[in-house]
Amino acid sequence: MSLADFCAALMFFGVVAYAIFAGADFGSGVWDLLAGDAHKGAAMRAQIDQSIGPVWEANHVWLIYVFVFMWTAFPTAFASMITTLFVPWLFVALGIVLRGSGFAFRKFAATMEQARLFGATFAASSVITPFFLGMIAGAIASGRVPDESGGLWSSWTGPTSWVGGVLAVLTCSFLAATFLAADASRAGRTALAEECGRRALVSGVLSGAVALIAIYPIESDADHLADGLQSRAAPLVVISAVAGLFALVRLRSHRYARARVGAVVAVASVVIGWGVAQYPDLLVDHVEIADAAGARSTLIGLIIVFGIATVTAVPAMVWLFVLVNRTDWSPKASVLEQAAEHPG
Amino acid sequence: MLATASDLMAARYQMALSLGFHIVLSCFGVAFPAFIYVVHRRGLRGDAEALTLAKRWSKVSAVLFAVGAVSGTVLSFEMGLLWPGLMSKYGDVIGLPFALEGIAFFVEAIFMGIYLYGWNRLPPKVHLNTLIPMMVSGFVGTFCVVAVNAWMNSPAGFRLVNGEVTDVDPLAAMFNNATWTQVAHMFVAAYFVVGFVVAAVYAGGMLRGRRDRLHRVGFTTAFAFATIAALMQPLIGHVAGMRLAEHQPSKLAAMELATTTEDHAPLIIGGVLIDGEVRGGIEIPWLGSFLARGWFDRVLPGLDQVPEADQPPANVVHNSFQIMVGIGTGLALFSTWFWWRRRRGHDPIASKRVLQIALVAGPLAVVALEAGWTTTEVGRQPWIVQDVLRVKDAVTPNGGIWISLSVIVVVYAALGVIATRVVRSMSRRWRENGEIDLPTPYGPSPLETHESEEVGAP
Repeated sequence: MSLADFCAALMFFGVVAYAIFAGADFGSGVWDLLAGDAHKGAAMRAQIDQSIGPVWEANHVWLIYVFVFMWTAFPTAFASMITTLFVPWLFVALGIVLRGSGFAFRKFAATMEQARLFGATFAASSVITPFFLGMIAGAIASGRVPDESGGLWSSWTGPTSWVGGVLAVLTCSFLAATFLAADASRAGRTALAEECGRRALVSGVLSGAVALIAIYPIESDADHLADGLQSRAAPLVVISAVAGLFALVRLRSHRYARARVGAVVAVASVVIGWGVAQYPDLLVDHVEIADAAGARSTLIGLIIVFGIATVTAVPAMVWLFVLVNRTDWSPKASVLEQAAEHPG
Repeated sequence: MLATASDLMAARYQMALSLGFHIVLSCFGVAFPAFIYVVHRRGLRGDAEALTLAKRWSKVSAVLFAVGAVSGTVLSFEMGLLWPGLMSKYGDVIGLPFALEGIAFFVEAIFMGIYLYGWNRLPPKVHLNTLIPMMVSGFVGTFCVVAVNAWMNSPAGFRLVNGEVTDVDPLAAMFNNATWTQVAHMFVAAYFVVGFVVAAVYAGGMLRGRRDRLHRVGFTTAFAFATIAALMQPLIGHVAGMRLAEHQPSKLAAMELATTTEDHAPLIIGGVLIDGEVRGGIEIPWLGSFLARGWFDRVLPGLDQVPEADQPPANVVHNSFQIMVGIGTGLALFSTWFWWRRRRGHDPIASKRVLQIALVAGPLAVVALEAGWTTTEVGRQPWIVQDVLRVKDAVTPNGGIWISLSVIVVVYAALGVIATRVVRSMSRRWRENGEIDLPTPYGPSPLETHESEEVGAP
C-alpha cells in the first residue's frame, strides 16, 4: 500500500465514522420531524435531545476531518470535486448551519412557539443534509466528477445520485431509530423503546428494499461502482446484508443493544463497500488516488497528525461515549426529570 | 472560465461576512472556558454565586459553541467553494495546521459535551478539570487557523519552479515568520473581546439596578481577564507590526497612509487618501517611523514603492487599523485606571459613569476585533497569498455567488438575532425564576401530562 493509498484509507475512515455517528444524529432529526405534534412527540423529542445532545458536535467534526484530509492529501481532486459539486455542497452547508443552531436554540427556547420553530428547522435540515451528502456520494461514484463541461446541476442529478440521497436518509433513520431504541430501553422507557424499535424495523426494511432496487439504476448508470460491488466489494455487501438482517431480527425480539451493533456493521460495511468498489479511483473514472496525491512530506505529516489524534481525540471520544452510555447518565439527563427536580 | 468582477466581489464579501461572524464566536470558544474555569473553581470552594455563574455561563457557551461550530464548518467549506485556486495549488502546503486544527476542534467538542452534561454527574473535581482540555484546544485551534492566515501574509515552505509548487515543507509553512506574533495577537484578542463583552453584560445589569454579588463577581472576573489582555495586546500588536516593513511593505504603507517612502516619516492620525493626496489627517512628525520601525530615522515604506495594481485600498486599511489601535489604547487606559482606583480604596463599580463606559466597551471590543481583522485581510489585497497568488486567480469559476452571498446574509442575520434573543431570554428566566436548569419546552409541560410521565420515569 502506497503512502497515498494509506492517506486515502485514513480519509475514508473519516467518511465511515461520519456516516455512522453523524448519520445517527441526522436520522434522529428525521424522527424528530415525524414525531407528531408537540404533545404526542414530547417523549420522543426529549429522548432525541438527550441522546444526541452531548455527542452531535463531536460527531460533526468527522466531516471537517474528511475535508481537511482531502484538501491536504489530494488538493487538486478536492478543488475539482467541490467546484463541480458547488450546488449540493452549498445545500449541505446550509443544512449543517440550520441543523446545529436549530438544535441548540430549541434546548433553550423561551416559549413553545419558538421551540416549534427551532425544532422544525433542526428536523427539516436533518433530512436535507444527508440527502445532499448522499447525492454527492452518488455523483462521485457514478463518475460525474469533475464535470469538465461545468454542469452545475447535471453532475449530481443522475440516477445514482438520487439513489445515494434516498439511501442516505433511510440508513440514517435506521441507525438513529436503533440507537434511540437502545438508549430509551437502557433508561427504562419501555414504551418509547418499542416505538423506536418499530420505526427502526420499518426504516431498516425500507433501506434494504431500496438497496435491492438500486441495483438496476447503479448497473446502468455507474458501471465502475457496479463492477466493484459485484467483485472486490462483494463480501462487504454480503456482510452488510447479513448484519442488517441480524439487526432486524434483534429489533423484533426487543434486543436493542445488539440490534444497534448489527445496524452499525450493516451501514459501515456498505459505506466501506463503496470505497473498496471504486478503488483505486478517488474521483471515479477521472482521478486515481496516486495521481491526485499532494507533496510526500505533507502526506507523512498527515499520518503523524492522525497518530496524534489517536492519542488525544480518540481516548477523549471513547470516554464521552462511555459516559453517555452509562445508565446513571441517562435517567438523570432526562428533561422530564429535570423539570420534576425544579418545578417552576 | 474566469469569474467576473462582480462574482469576485461577491465571493470576497461572502468570505468576509462568514469570517467576521465566526471570529466573534470563535473568541468565545477560545477564551470562555477559562472564564468558566475561574468561577467554577471559586464555586467549588464554597462561593455560591460563583458556582451559579459557572452553570449559567456553561449554558450560554453551549449556544455560542454550537453556532460557532457550524459557522466554522461553513468557513472550511468556503475555502474550497470560494477559493479552489488557493486550495488546489497550496492545499498540501498549508494543510497540516488545518489537520491539527481538526484535532483541536474534536477535543474541544468532546469536552464541551462532557462538561455540559457532566453537571451533577461527574465528580466535581474531574468535572472542573474537563475545562482544561478545552482551554488547551482553544489555544491550539487559534494557533492552527492563524498559522494558515500568517502563511498567507508571509508564505514559506515551498518553492515555485515554472509555476509548479515543489519542495513542500509543511512545518516551514506552519512556522512562517508571521505565525507566532499573529497567533499571540489573535489569542489575546479572544480574551480581550470575551472579557469586555461579558463585563459589559454585567455592567448593563448593574446599571439597571441589579447590584447583587452575582453581578459584581461576574463583572470583576471578566474585567480582570479583559484588563490583562488589554495591557498585553498593544505590545504584541507592536511586535507583530514590526515585521511588516520587510515582509509586507504595501500593507504597512496602507496602514500608515504613507504615500512616499521616507525616513523620519510622520504618524498620520485619521485622514483619507484622495487622488494620491492625504486629506484631513493630523500629522505628528517623525512618530510614524518610530512606531512602525522602532526609531525616528528608519525608513517607512510608502505606497510609491508598490505598483498601482498591487496596492491595497489604503483608506480602508488605514482607518480600520486606527480604529483598532484607538479602541485598544482607550480600553487599556480605562481598565488600568479602573484597577488603580480600586487599589486606592475606591469602588469604581459604584459610579454610574464607569459602568456606562464598561457597557460601551463590550461592543467596542468587538469593533476593534473586526477592525484589526479587516486591517490584516484588506491590507493584503490584491493578494490572497502575498506576492504569490492573487485573489482573482484563486476564486471559483462558478457564477452566481451573489445568490449564496444573499442566503448567507439572511441566515447569519437571523442566527445573530436569534442567538442573542435566546441568550437574553435565558438570562431573563434565570432572573425571574431563580432556577438554573431551564425546563426544555419540547411539548406541553411534561409535568402536567400523565402520558409523558409514564414514558419518562425510569
